[in-house]
Amino acid sequence: MSTAPTTEGQARPLGAHPEGDGGSDTNRRRGRTMRDIAARYRRQAPGEPRAVGYLYVLPALVLYALFLLVPLGQTVWLSFLHWDGLTVATWAGLDNYQGLLTDPSLRGPFLHALVLLLFYAALPVALGLLLASALSRFRVRGTTFFRTVFFLPQVLAMVVVGVAWRSILAPDGLLNDALKSVGLESLTRSWLGDYTWALPAVGAVGTWVETGLCVVLFLAGTQRIPRELYEAARMDGAGALREFFAVTLPGLRAEIAVALTLTIVAGLRNFDLIYITTSGGPGNATSVPAYEVYHRAFETNEVGSAAAMGVGLTVMIFVLTVGVARLVEGRNR
Amino acid sequence: MTGRIERSLTYGILALFAVISLTPVVGVLSSAFGRQSSLDTGFSLPDGLNWGNFADAWTRGHFGTYLTNSVLVALVVVVATSVLAVLAAYAFGVMRFPGSDLLFYLFVLGLTLPQEALVVPLYFDLRYWELTDTYWALILPQTAQSLAFGVFWMRTYFRNSSRSVIEAARIDGATSWATLWRILVPMGRPALSTMVVIVFMWTWNEFLMALVMVSDEAHRTVPLGLAFFQGQHSSDTALLAAASVLIALPVVVVYVALQRRFIEGMLTGAVKE
Repeated sequence: MSTAPTTEGQARPLGAHPEGDGGSDTNRRRGRTMRDIAARYRRQAPGEPRAVGYLYVLPALVLYALFLLVPLGQTVWLSFLHWDGLTVATWAGLDNYQGLLTDPSLRGPFLHALVLLLFYAALPVALGLLLASALSRFRVRGTTFFRTVFFLPQVLAMVVVGVAWRSILAPDGLLNDALKSVGLESLTRSWLGDYTWALPAVGAVGTWVETGLCVVLFLAGTQRIPRELYEAARMDGAGALREFFAVTLPGLRAEIAVALTLTIVAGLRNFDLIYITTSGGPGNATSVPAYEVYHRAFETNEVGSAAAMGVGLTVMIFVLTVGVARLVEGRNR
Repeated sequence: MTGRIERSLTYGILALFAVISLTPVVGVLSSAFGRQSSLDTGFSLPDGLNWGNFADAWTRGHFGTYLTNSVLVALVVVVATSVLAVLAAYAFGVMRFPGSDLLFYLFVLGLTLPQEALVVPLYFDLRYWELTDTYWALILPQTAQSLAFGVFWMRTYFRNSSRSVIEAARIDGATSWATLWRILVPMGRPALSTMVVIVFMWTWNEFLMALVMVSDEAHRTVPLGLAFFQGQHSSDTALLAAASVLIALPVVVVYVALQRRFIEGMLTGAVKE
């Protein structure tokens, strides 16, 4: 390569790898083709600025803009209006947003969403860590089977999950049957019809759905933690608890961030489950922003307020996911 | 000694979690094959396999129509998303042009954006264009939302694909178009198939958009069909369960066959740069 013909010199900075050996500098014809190739290569090098890139992006961008970016902007616009979906809209200014903060029927859903996040995000991550740390202590057989089973709830349609759990939580459902059979008849109730218990019951379904995801993530994560760290911890006489806090938890930081991001987003985008199991009831006990957007826009014709709710939900998701990322990065430094 | 106790304890915990994961699924299966009149919603092993519930769901519940709609919508969304995402991601992955970063981040924005923030104006827009109660109302918004993941996912593939392969193609005189379709797409089949199964699953399970956009029965997809079915026959557990199985089955079959792709796609989709 050190004796490469001078004609090829131009291509060098671009990282070209001319074929053939470098000793062909006596062959003038070959030198010319090399020069042609180098010229063409320079013109079309992949990393070079190329206007043709816009053409490749354009079809996707048009569709994405028409059916995602524009509606997003329209939602923001609608949130500043009073509109029933039929008659002429009137300017509302910040009225709809003020309502989100002051009106209990609008503020309530956000509080419910925060409660649900304990079930959708905090509990699954805690359970996942528990299970993963138990499994990190030695090689487990049949991981593929367990992984497939744990992750299964993630691929089921939430409508199906809702129908299945509605029958489990029904007054004559599996949960009450099980409670009766162990003599806890006093605890049986209509789980989804109870003002106190409906929200935790819906939350428990979220825990069921999301725990498997966390377990699968953390299992993959613990496998990447070097064995030597565990051995060193054990040599220092660390018990299971110390080992968890000194080795497993720091080693899983990235996975915990991913798990929290995914579960928080899933916990706030939970329209399907609420619609199928409780429709926000009893009363407003399980109403969440995702459900209220639909309810207000298409059932009670408060489009402006629904749009403000949608914006509020979006902001909530972005703040929480960015917060999780910050938290993880911050500790990294 | 302690090792053995710990080992059996671990397997015990694993088994417990597996049972909890599977209980609702097994419950649905057992009532789907159970007798229709039985009011018991709990666990009872069915006396034999009653395929009648599925036939009933198919005819009385019109699930034949719903499944056809779902297949059609999913097929178009998957093909459209794949083609558009590959084209855009190719540009984002291997070319440089002014504004490419900004455009890419616009696509990434869609990864965490909730549908609830779009559905209200989308309904009024599509109604204005007289597209509600058509397949387009299901296909177009779903494709746009899938593009966020598709572009993000395929760009990672193009970024990591071998530079020397692309350069060799250039030196052979291949155009950027030919390089993409003759070399990079065939080489990227694993990445592509992950995207295809994820987009298929999302489209198949999608509920909110379908609920808002479709009011006539002729265009209902399966999740929407199940929701309406529950509203009408909420006491008919066996039929509801049979319909649930019909909905879940296609995705579960693909999942069991390609579980690695599912898990990889769903877990790394959230990891942003």
